Amino acid sequence: MASKFTVSHRSGWLMAGPAFGLMVAFVLLPFVFAVAFSFTNQRLISPNPTEFVGLTNYEQLLGLGLLTLDPLKDASGAVQMKDGEPEYPSLRSYTRNNPDYPQYDGKREWFSFSSGGDARTFVLASDVVFMKAVVNTFLFVIIVAPLQGGLALGLALLINQKLRGINVFRTIYFMPVVVSIVVVSILWKIIYDGNSGLLNNILSGLTFGAFQPVDWLGNTNTALGAIIGMSIWQAVGFHMVIWLSGLQTISPTLYEAAAIEGASKWQVFRYITWPGLRNTAVLVLIVITMQAFGLFAQINVMTKGGPIDSTQTIVFQAIQRGYGKQDISGGSAISVILFLIVLSVSLVQRYLTRDKEAK
Amino acid sequence: MTLHKTIAGAMLASTLFAGAALAQTELTMWYHGAGNETEMVLVNEMLAEFNASQSDWKVVITTFPQGAYNDSIVAGALAGTLPDIIDIDGPILPNWAWAGYLQPLAIDESLIKDYLPGPKGVWDGKLYGIGMWDAAVSLVTRQAYLDELKLRKPTLDEPWTGEEFQAALDAAKNSGKFEYALDLGMAWTGEWYPYAFSPFLQSFGGDMVDRTTYKTAEGALNGEAGMAFGNWWQGLFKGGYAQATQDGADRDSGFASGKYAFSWNGNWAALGALDAYDDVVFMPAPNFGTGSKIGAASWQLSISATSKHADGANAFINFALQPSNLARFSKGLGLIPATAAAAELTDNYKAGGPLAVFYDLSQRQGLLRPVTPGYPVAAKIFEKALADIANGADVEATLDAATDEIDADIEKNGGYGH
Amino acid sequence: MAITSADNRGLRLTVRYIVLVLIALIFCFPLVFMIVSSFKPDLQLLQDSGNLRAFLPVGDLSFDNYFAAFERAPVGLFIFNSVMVTGVTVLLSLFLCSTAGFAFTFMEWRGRKLAFTIILATLIVPFETIAIPLLLLASKLPWIGLDGLTYGWLNSYQVQIVPFIADGLTIYLFAQYFKDLPHELIEAARVEGATWWQIYVKIVMPLSGPVLATAAILKFLAMYNQYLWPLMVVQEEGYRPVMVGLQYFFQLNIAWGEVMAYLSLITIPVLAFYLYLQKAFIASIASTGVKG
Repeated sequence: MASKFTVSHRSGWLMAGPAFGLMVAFVLLPFVFAVAFSFTNQRLISPNPTEFVGLTNYEQLLGLGLLTLDPLKDASGAVQMKDGEPEYPSLRSYTRNNPDYPQYDGKREWFSFSSGGDARTFVLASDVVFMKAVVNTFLFVIIVAPLQGGLALGLALLINQKLRGINVFRTIYFMPVVVSIVVVSILWKIIYDGNSGLLNNILSGLTFGAFQPVDWLGNTNTALGAIIGMSIWQAVGFHMVIWLSGLQTISPTLYEAAAIEGASKWQVFRYITWPGLRNTAVLVLIVITMQAFGLFAQINVMTKGGPIDSTQTIVFQAIQRGYGKQDISGGSAISVILFLIVLSVSLVQRYLTRDKEAK
Repeated sequence: MTLHKTIAGAMLASTLFAGAALAQTELTMWYHGAGNETEMVLVNEMLAEFNASQSDWKVVITTFPQGAYNDSIVAGALAGTLPDIIDIDGPILPNWAWAGYLQPLAIDESLIKDYLPGPKGVWDGKLYGIGMWDAAVSLVTRQAYLDELKLRKPTLDEPWTGEEFQAALDAAKNSGKFEYALDLGMAWTGEWYPYAFSPFLQSFGGDMVDRTTYKTAEGALNGEAGMAFGNWWQGLFKGGYAQATQDGADRDSGFASGKYAFSWNGNWAALGALDAYDDVVFMPAPNFGTGSKIGAASWQLSISATSKHADGANAFINFALQPSNLARFSKGLGLIPATAAAAELTDNYKAGGPLAVFYDLSQRQGLLRPVTPGYPVAAKIFEKALADIANGADVEATLDAATDEIDADIEKNGGYGH
Repeated sequence: MAITSADNRGLRLTVRYIVLVLIALIFCFPLVFMIVSSFKPDLQLLQDSGNLRAFLPVGDLSFDNYFAAFERAPVGLFIFNSVMVTGVTVLLSLFLCSTAGFAFTFMEWRGRKLAFTIILATLIVPFETIAIPLLLLASKLPWIGLDGLTYGWLNSYQVQIVPFIADGLTIYLFAQYFKDLPHELIEAARVEGATWWQIYVKIVMPLSGPVLATAAILKFLAMYNQYLWPLMVVQEEGYRPVMVGLQYFFQLNIAWGEVMAYLSLITIPVLAFYLYLQKAFIASIASTGVKG
């Protein structure tokens, strides 16, 4: 690639410079500010001077502690039971104003697990809400990336047929993409309604009334799933088109050759289509992952992180803190953590895709 | 070129004309009413009258939709572009005054002598904001329901006790006539939660922060009274008396269509209820131990610290506080006039009027939300805690966590100047 | 597509169309619901929203919601502002990001790797997290306009446009697409003495239909849906875009019919833009197909 004909320092900077300069000014520079804020106590509104606080913001977000407790025993030494489960000492007595356990002060139970015998280990976190936001965001990414990418590929193959009127279907499948996510979220909020929602009525109609209405967004078990479903519905068409343009770049002569050799459909897909889509696959995976980590608008319109934090996400927490709670420094710290997370994920993705290339 | 000259000439002419005709200095004003036609008609009427009433000042208004208002004005403050006059929601005013974005008002004391306590925005002993109206919440029902359920009609002097309220909810629920006994307005997320529900907590004897020092929420939010409130609150939903998630439509029309026996709603919705039934009763809040309490304070007018025309802005606010203006907004929007004199000018709030009860409620039960710059953050934390508890979260752990978060915020802000 | 026998050809075709139509229904129904609802009075709208009547133009239909929406807010102004800001940004973005993508893919220059790495890294920064520092920056920037040199970009079109012209995703899209173009063609042109600009204009751009359309659609959507930023930097009603305008309709008691009318109104320009591009899109895919 590097030949004297492609080396061109001045033209290179002339062509890439304007866009690069804009990004430095309007993305990089503000981000550097945000990183700086995360080490201070900067507030949105405050007459107090900004002070350097080191890693305090990060400690408050990421602080964890482990506490193993034995169940309460009655006078005879038998384990006390409550609702069929062994009863443990109240965590509150350890985490609130207990001078013997300063390391647990202000922490809350995140989750707990049995640690041999009747003992139970409690994982305590300084900021349980943020921990839940991290878990939810990863759940969202892990579910959405393969599901959306796969469905999009399926749709692309479906739409890549030579059928009369196929363009109409492609246009329709892509339509949700061009509708604002805010508009879409408002519509789906009505559709998901627990009392008189369309979805409940359709499902109950399809099952002849056997289906019990669900408050999709108001139930901790279904809220995140409902948002995942809607998000895929909205975005899958976009990735379908990316796959489609990838499919178009595969030379028809390859398919002709395969037809002559009598290859099965699966063989055609496995040995011609899929290898031809490698670059596209990397693009689709990266774009979906980035978008999924930024999950915000749907949450903001539909659930605001509820019920009981079941739909908290990292970006929602960053905004909630920075604006809602006027804590620019805390919000910035979350942004930096998110940046580091996504950076690591994309490095891993890069490593994995590069590995395959070497084979 | 000719076109340019023409335009330039026209512009010059118009400036000259404007300058010659009106030597008025422009005052800029931000207001939260965009999209609310009825309200904006009234505001614009008042502005036009003020601008015509004198020759020194001319108020030019910019309106914002309410849902975007607080974020907009915070951004304006950060960027240093605040106008002369800002209208601001009462409970967040201390935050703004403390941050140095506002200056104390200089208004005629006689105008606010007989004022309700709610509409006065005081911080650090100085008056920074003043409202033209107050708002009040009541427990709305029908006389027919009370009769049918065999319930005593509570009065201002003798409101329902917590037990009586519980008995009323049980009676309504057991009658089987209603979808839910109580409409709390859970659909109105945001400031409604702290505004409408923190008075319950205060009636139990707790609070969002400890008002003796304003330095901590420990013991106030998560003390015994706080826990009692939390358990009662959760019981409303666990017991099936109220719904934790509510459609906006049910909030708007559920009481009018007979879905609910009791509705916890504001005076601004009272006219709608009166339209629906001819036997509507507006009852005071139940007394859970330390007296009946409802939230006080609504939107208030204030002057930015950067205003170069504070004298003009004060002149405008003095104009706005005349009884006729207070009555104007009350008549148009159903709001509670800030003085008894103004109330007498309205059909609804004058003695014996159908909404007069709200004036009394506001006067006798109204309690300001904690007057501290920490309020906006505490309110967000309180809202989330109430929503979580309603959805079944552990009461003790949730209130403890909320307490810690409020305390951490107070500490991060160096005690908010208390 | 190989077809095994003529007998089941018709059957298979029918099944295919049924599948296509069912999927189309899934993608359509919320939008049909939106448009149909915008013609119904509030009460009927809410009653219908729980059953299949939600999709049917039945009952008391009228344009009342649309008239009311225009009464409540300067809808036309909001749409104009959004279209104007979005249109200018998309055009500038397509130009600057494609030249950048071009330089990153085809040319060798000092600092290329570092610059590209930085641009890729910005992909990871959600806009919301840098909004406040950006606001502080924008409130101090100089601008030369009709009034001469002024400081502070608030209350303007440029504050809604300039920060969004260049973005990592668009540059990455172009670079990724250019990678698949035949590099020999470009090198050959260089050997023959063509300038980079000529190569960009005469060889690369004519082959870039699909990626231009994709980038344009993505940019259009991101810009048209801006909410947080205009809320922060625009106080004058005259510069407000559609998503800020949406807030006019969320008063204490929501008039859902008007909301639906407004949602339909602000969705129409996007759909129109999309359908227009869709044609260009198909045409360009076809043309690249011929060359490939």
